[in-house]
Amino acid sequence: MDIPKDRFYTKTHEWALPEGDTVLVGITDYAQDALGDVVYVELPEVGRTVEAGEAVAVVESVKTASDIYAPVAGEVVEVNLALEKSPELINQDPYGEGWIFRLRPRDMADLDGLLDASGYQEALEAGA
Amino acid sequence: MKETPLYQAHLRRGGRMVEFAGYALPLQYTSIKEEHLAVRRGAGVFDVSHMGEFFIRGEEALAFLQWVTVNDVGRLRVGRAQYSMLPNEKGGVVDDIYLYRLGEGEYLMVVNAANIAKDWAHLKALAQGFRVELLDRSEATALLALQGPKAEKVLQALTDQDLSQRKKNDVFRAEVAGKEALLARTGYTGEDGFELFLAPEDAEAVFEALLEGGAVPCGLGARDTLRLEAGFPLYGHELTDDTNPLCTPWAWVVKREKAFLGKEAMLNAPCGERLIGLVLETGIPREGYPVLSGEERVGRVTSGGFSPLLEKGIALAYVAEGAEGPFFVEVRGRKVPASLSPLPFVPLK
Repeated sequence: MDIPKDRFYTKTHEWALPEGDTVLVGITDYAQDALGDVVYVELPEVGRTVEAGEAVAVVESVKTASDIYAPVAGEVVEVNLALEKSPELINQDPYGEGWIFRLRPRDMADLDGLLDASGYQEALEAGA
Repeated sequence: MKETPLYQAHLRRGGRMVEFAGYALPLQYTSIKEEHLAVRRGAGVFDVSHMGEFFIRGEEALAFLQWVTVNDVGRLRVGRAQYSMLPNEKGGVVDDIYLYRLGEGEYLMVVNAANIAKDWAHLKALAQGFRVELLDRSEATALLALQGPKAEKVLQALTDQDLSQRKKNDVFRAEVAGKEALLARTGYTGEDGFELFLAPEDAEAVFEALLEGGAVPCGLGARDTLRLEAGFPLYGHELTDDTNPLCTPWAWVVKREKAFLGKEAMLNAPCGERLIGLVLETGIPREGYPVLSGEERVGRVTSGGFSPLLEKGIALAYVAEGAEGPFFVEVRGRKVPASLSPLPFVPLK
C-alpha cells in the first residue's frame, strides 16, 4: 500500500497534508481499496466548524457507506467539487485529485497528535 | 467457514474473500462495477456452489411438490424449470426456490444457501405423508452461473450440444469441457445465461475453461447489484416467513387453482403494504432506510444500492398500502427525493 511520507494520518484512514495555514484531507490508498468502487461522496458545507474526530463527509462505495472524520478541529474552507461528478477520483488518485476537503485547523500544532507515515504503516500492520 | 470446490481458484485469481451463509466466497475480484458491467455487456461467471440442491423423486413426487410449493408443478414438463416458493402454514414464505424437472417423478430443487437447514427440516416433515424420497446433495454439488449476452457463445465453444435450440428455463445434460454437467438456462441477473451443476472435482476445470473462453470471474457483490437492478427478490429482504407472496410483485408465481400448504391463510391475509421500486437523484439507499411521504414515515428500504447502469441509487421498498408519492428516502438524516420506478430498474432481455 502506498503511504506518502509528506503528510499525517489518522487511525480511521484519513490523511492530512499541511499547505500554509490549511490542511488538505482525503482517505488513504488502503481505505479506498477496502471500500471498492466509490460511487458517491457527500461533501461538507464550506464554513462548517468541526471538532477532531467529527464525521464530516461520507464516502459511498457500491457495497458500503463510510464516514470520513476530521483529523483535527477547525473550519472547512473548501471542498473538492470534482468529486460530485467524478467520485471515482478517490479510487484513482486517493492522495492527489481525490482529496475531499480543506480544513483551516484551530491550531496547526494539533497535527502533531496524528500518525506519521511509519506510524500509520504500523497501525495498519497491527490491525491486519 | 466452509469452502466451495473453487476456494483455491478464487484465491489464485485474487478474489477478495468474505463469509456468506457459512461459506468463504469472493465478494469481488477486481471491482463490483466492472464485474457487473461485464455481465450486462459480455459474460461473467459466478461460483454459487453454496446454494442448496435437494433431489426429490418417487411415485408421489409430483403430489408432494404440488403441496409444498405455490407454483403449478403439473405444468412443468420434463426438461423444464420453474421459479416457485415454499409456503408455510400461515401463508408466508419459507424460501424462494427454483424447481427443475429432470425426468418422470424426478425433480431438483435449488434453495438459498442460508435456508438449507430450515428448508430441509420443513420438507422432511411434510414428506411423511407421501411416497417420496428426498436427498440433500448440497455438499456434493458444485454450481456455476454463467451469465450475460455472450454466455451462449462462451459455453457453445465447450460443448457439442446445440445451445441455440435451448430456451430459457430448459434443463438438460451435456458435456462441458469434457466434464459431465447438468445445464439449465436460468440465472439470477436478468440476463441470458446458464447454470452448470457439476461434480465438485470437475468444478475448477470447467470454471477455468469458461474464463479462458472470455467470461469474467464475478463475486457476490456484482451478483447482488445485478439482481437488484433486475428487480428480483432476495430472501430475508423482500421475502420472509411473514411475507404474503400475493402482496408482492411475484404474486404471479402463486397458482390459486391448486391446493397447497397455507393456501387459505395466504388468500385471506390482508396485505397492509406493497413493494415498490425507487430511484434516487442523489445518495445511495441502503437496507433499513426509512421511506417518507411528506414528513410521514410510510415504509422502509428492503434492498438498496448503486445501479452501475443507471449510475444512481436504487431501492426495493415496502410502503403502506394507501401511501401516495411523491416519496423520499431518508439517507443518513437527509430527505432525498425518490421517484417510482417500474421493475426491473433497467431494460432486460
